[in-house]
Amino acid sequence: MKTHRSNPIVSLVSRMVSPFIMMFALYVIFHGHYSPGGGFQGGTLIAAAIILVRLSEGSDTAQLQFSRSWGTPLGSLGVLIYFGTGLAAVFMGGRFLDYAALHLAHHASMSRSYGILLVEIGVGLAVTAILVSIYDNLLEGEADA
Amino acid sequence: MYWQLEIVLFLFLIVTAASALWVRNLVTAVIVLSVFSFFSALLYVAMGAVDVGFTEAVVGAGISGVLMLVALFKTWRRSSD
Repeated sequence: MKTHRSNPIVSLVSRMVSPFIMMFALYVIFHGHYSPGGGFQGGTLIAAAIILVRLSEGSDTAQLQFSRSWGTPLGSLGVLIYFGTGLAAVFMGGRFLDYAALHLAHHASMSRSYGILLVEIGVGLAVTAILVSIYDNLLEGEADA
Repeated sequence: MYWQLEIVLFLFLIVTAASALWVRNLVTAVIVLSVFSFFSALLYVAMGAVDVGFTEAVVGAGISGVLMLVALFKTWRRSSD
């Protein structure tokens, strides 16, 4: 990490594995309300895939995949999606985070399911961005860490 | 579910936690701590808490080991003063 030497096997394998980890993370996020998993676990998996490429390729090359400057905007966007879902329920006549008041589908149960999905997407975005930016801030100032 | 399996996993937990305290090399301690985390995830799954086990496997064995390694590489053994 301190002296970055590129190794073709490590770099190829991590670049190949990273999209599959992200795919599994999307599965975990989008099936979070049927099966174990959810926004936090899926977001952590996406962050693990991004950090894997950062570890193997060096942070400067890995900026092509996920830029350093995206951390705070994406994290704020995730929190806003969560909070906006709750507030939209308030404005549509329900309580805070009362997904049935959102009227996303005909049945109240399906509306709750879609509402939980929106909240999970927000949580996943926020967790991904914040975990990657924790890693970036820890390594701030290194030459090519 | 199976108490024999849980006892074996608890034994592994104790062994890995003690060896993480015992080893002198800090990088080894971080790796052993990830192993501890993985065994505790297995223990959660054996007890039927799949969601908690999944979170523990992802966070404990995946992210926290990397973050502790980065923190180790940013620190030195001797103080500057």
